[in-house]
Amino acid sequence: MDAIFVFEQLLNGLGYGLMLFLIAAGLTLVFGIMDTMNLAHGSLYMAGAYVAARVHEASASFALAVLAAVLVTVAVAALLEVLVIRRLYRRDHLVQVLATFGIILIADDAVKAIWGVAPLMASTPAALAGPVQLAEGLPYPSYRLLLIAAGLLVALGLYLLVNKTRIGMLVRAGASNRQMAEFMGVRVGTVFAFVFALGAGLAALAGALMAPISSVQIGMGEAILIPALVVIVIGGIGSIRGAFVAALLVGLVDTAGRAFLPLALRAVLPPSVAADLGPALAGIAMYVLMAAVLTLKPAGLFPARA
Amino acid sequence: MPQMKFLAATLALCAAASVHAADIKVGIALDISGPFSALGAEARDGFELAIEKLGGKLGGQPAEFLRTDFGGSPEQANQLVARYLQREKIDFFTGPIGSNAALAVGPALFAARVPYLSSNPGPSVYAGDKCNPYFFAQYQNDTYDEAAGKVANEKGYKNVVLIAPNYPAGKDHLNGFKRLYKGAVKDEIYTKLGQIDYAPEIAQIRAAKPDAVFFFLPGAMGINFVKQFVGGGLKDVPLIAPGFSADEDVIQAVGEPMLGVLNTAHWTHDLDVPANAEFVAAFRQKYDGRYPSVYAAMAYDTLMAMDAAVRDVGGSVGDREAVLKALKNPSFKSVRGDFTYGVNNYPVQNYYLREVGKDADGRLTNKLVGITLENHQDAYVGACRM
Repeated sequence: MDAIFVFEQLLNGLGYGLMLFLIAAGLTLVFGIMDTMNLAHGSLYMAGAYVAARVHEASASFALAVLAAVLVTVAVAALLEVLVIRRLYRRDHLVQVLATFGIILIADDAVKAIWGVAPLMASTPAALAGPVQLAEGLPYPSYRLLLIAAGLLVALGLYLLVNKTRIGMLVRAGASNRQMAEFMGVRVGTVFAFVFALGAGLAALAGALMAPISSVQIGMGEAILIPALVVIVIGGIGSIRGAFVAALLVGLVDTAGRAFLPLALRAVLPPSVAADLGPALAGIAMYVLMAAVLTLKPAGLFPARA
Repeated sequence: MPQMKFLAATLALCAAASVHAADIKVGIALDISGPFSALGAEARDGFELAIEKLGGKLGGQPAEFLRTDFGGSPEQANQLVARYLQREKIDFFTGPIGSNAALAVGPALFAARVPYLSSNPGPSVYAGDKCNPYFFAQYQNDTYDEAAGKVANEKGYKNVVLIAPNYPAGKDHLNGFKRLYKGAVKDEIYTKLGQIDYAPEIAQIRAAKPDAVFFFLPGAMGINFVKQFVGGGLKDVPLIAPGFSADEDVIQAVGEPMLGVLNTAHWTHDLDVPANAEFVAAFRQKYDGRYPSVYAAMAYDTLMAMDAAVRDVGGSVGDREAVLKALKNPSFKSVRGDFTYGVNNYPVQNYYLREVGKDADGRLTNKLVGITLENHQDAYVGACRM
């Protein structure tokens, strides 16, 4: 194990973390500000991936594909907000979970009806298909560098939006004390619709960006939802900053667990035990992190509500 | 008295149904939804094509093909089989994609003396000491990996890295590979089931500098892995896989990065056998020029085997001893060519090396390279007392 290997794994952790951030940011906004548990967030991610894969194949332009994915998903989300989510704001979490779980089932079947059960092909844009030589002995996928750059840009954009703009101020006000914000005359309905659309757009962006390196298929949204939920719990529900820090932590811990734990165990334990124990421990590393954070800070790292 | 009328109508319907019960009934449990839905859809297409070819009959006798989705869950498969056995009184059973479902439904079918012709899974349990005269397999799960191990020997790969999900089947498949592979295993990587991101494992593989990588990552996991493997600059490292990880569904989803992937199977769509040529042509005509995968081929073959057995016993499927005897000595032309059954009802057959390439129209697909294992039998047959 040399310095290059460690550096590469750190880069991998960073990339995975930023991708989780894109999904978790929308989820934490919707949950923190609207107090609405939206399990169907993963379905929006799936919608983004499918639309991007299809448009990319038809138009051969990756930028257009990402744009179309975001626009179509935001439109679908707006419809969803008007038809279903709007009716759930004042209901309890169990009702919200049941309703949005229902949306997952419908979304999966809708995708099956439109695009079929077989996973779709989503190719990497030709210019980014190969690796870049970052250093001697370290070829790194150029597409992953794009992911890292996109993740950092979105994080910066969200920071500016939430901290420097008027709508961001309203969003923050809603997150820290919704009732007080309402008393002060904030049009909560408008803010909610904006937040929901923003979350959907981020999920779609994540889906579109992930499509070339992952399997575009039914159920992909549910697989990503669990680590995203872990991220928002660690970060503190409703906090963008918390989601950012927690996503990077989860990304790094998960990657480090998978990359270094089996190697470390093999050095101290007999190989057969290490082979059984290593992957099992690596698989739970992110949950151990969550448990540790919650023990020390029960409301997460950066609770939005004081 | 509308109730009485209703009752009378129901009775009449039941009577009509019981007259109909003389038909031979085949219970087909399908994976249309659930974890194996993409493979289940392939199998369904294979069954549909066979039913069409047979004109809805078996051995010339009127037959009924019950097709029900069980969502890939062993519990639902159990319920479905109970219904098939008690209400429908089926004469044959087939369908599930997963080994877990096959193991779940076996005991009930065997107790009811209903032949179960597997259209995919060949679990080691039914090949060894729990073998059963009512179970017929298409292949034994490990044999694909054994063939892949031999391919690695023939290619002269001195050291390989193996990668599989961390669950029982993953370990079985890697053990299958190691059974015939003679070189050194540089690293054995077990990943989380359903993993999305493979960057850490790929960095590990790059650091190990193997001659080749053997991967068993079914479904989405394999799609993710191959895409990221090639994007990570490892496209000069050869990939070897059992046929399941590199079949038509995976090839179409991954695209160009699949080029050159070596994989092993007991059937390929360009296998030069008349029955196969007929099947592939009919399949491609019915399904928009798509190549059949091994799942479609096995589903088709399963119904052809039933058809031949019913014909051989002259339609008297109630005589189970005769049916089993007919099934064990198949008189039909299989799409995989000639094969025989071992003591445990698992086939003794050829295993082929396939390589992902392009057909005349530039479409990515598996191409036959040659025979890897000739008349190969599974490793568990010794434990079967039957």
